Amino acid sequence: MKHLVKYLAALLLLFCNAAIAQPEKVEMADVMRSEGKIYVVVAIILVVLAGLIAYLFLLDKKLSKMEKLLHERQQTKS
Amino acid sequence: MKTWLKILAIGLLFYLHIGGMLFDVPRLNIVNETVRATYFHVPMWFGMCFLFSLSLYNAILYLRKPLAEYDVRAEAFAHVGLAFGILGILTGMIWANYTWGSPWHGDPKQNGAAIACLVYLAYFVLRGSVENHEQKARLSAVYNIFAFAAMVPLIFIIPRMTSSMHPGSGGNPGFNMYDLDSRMRLVLYPATAGWFIVGYWIASLRIKIKTIEEKLLDLEHETSR
Repeated sequence: MKHLVKYLAALLLLFCNAAIAQPEKVEMADVMRSEGKIYVVVAIILVVLAGLIAYLFLLDKKLSKMEKLLHERQQTKS
Repeated sequence: MKTWLKILAIGLLFYLHIGGMLFDVPRLNIVNETVRATYFHVPMWFGMCFLFSLSLYNAILYLRKPLAEYDVRAEAFAHVGLAFGILGILTGMIWANYTWGSPWHGDPKQNGAAIACLVYLAYFVLRGSVENHEQKARLSAVYNIFAFAAMVPLIFIIPRMTSSMHPGSGGNPGFNMYDLDSRMRLVLYPATAGWFIVGYWIASLRIKIKTIEEKLLDLEHETSR
């Protein structure tokens, strides 16, 4: 009998444990988010992205200009 | 390339970098916050496939009708595609170091991706080793078809047939791991579209450079005569 009670208690504990553990806590960067510091990181990333894209735009413009210039020169030649 | 398309791509990329960092993601064990790597790593591979397929398309067009223009386009798309692939491998290595324990885990997906990149590197070796322009264009167009045919099974089929640990491989195709959350698709797909356009844009700059170069050579040729 004693053993049975012990066994049942252990089983109950086990279930309780499983029930408590069910909503598993997975560690995420919640603190960084709640402090709002993540916005600093996002701002930095966006600045880098904007800078690189602006650079790409300028490169594109320069090449288009070059293309036009060459086209004009070709036409004056012929 | 149309300006509105470039602006759309920029908008999509800004959306990716804001949404990718701030939006809610599923809470998964082991990967934790690195699940966000999906937003930045996967579009690299999709972009690579997109650019390689454009390269393949132009290679086939060249074989049907040998115009130098097709060859220039095929080379440019393959070049930018390879850059995307290398970025994909590097971002994958950073993630693997965190999740799998070492940057190079010898996973079938990693090995396949590396071999696929080497196959495309060989495309440029082949181009560099042939002097004659037409011969170079024809040989590399044929090789391009073989390279594409090797890339698809190396990256997408073999890792699924073996026990790859890569998410989406080893018996669970697609994004099953992330299916818990269709929220992730809301960022991943626009991001992919954005990188498609930016990849095309960079390739178009390369095409411009090549055409200017060729025109210059033509001009020089005319003046020397």
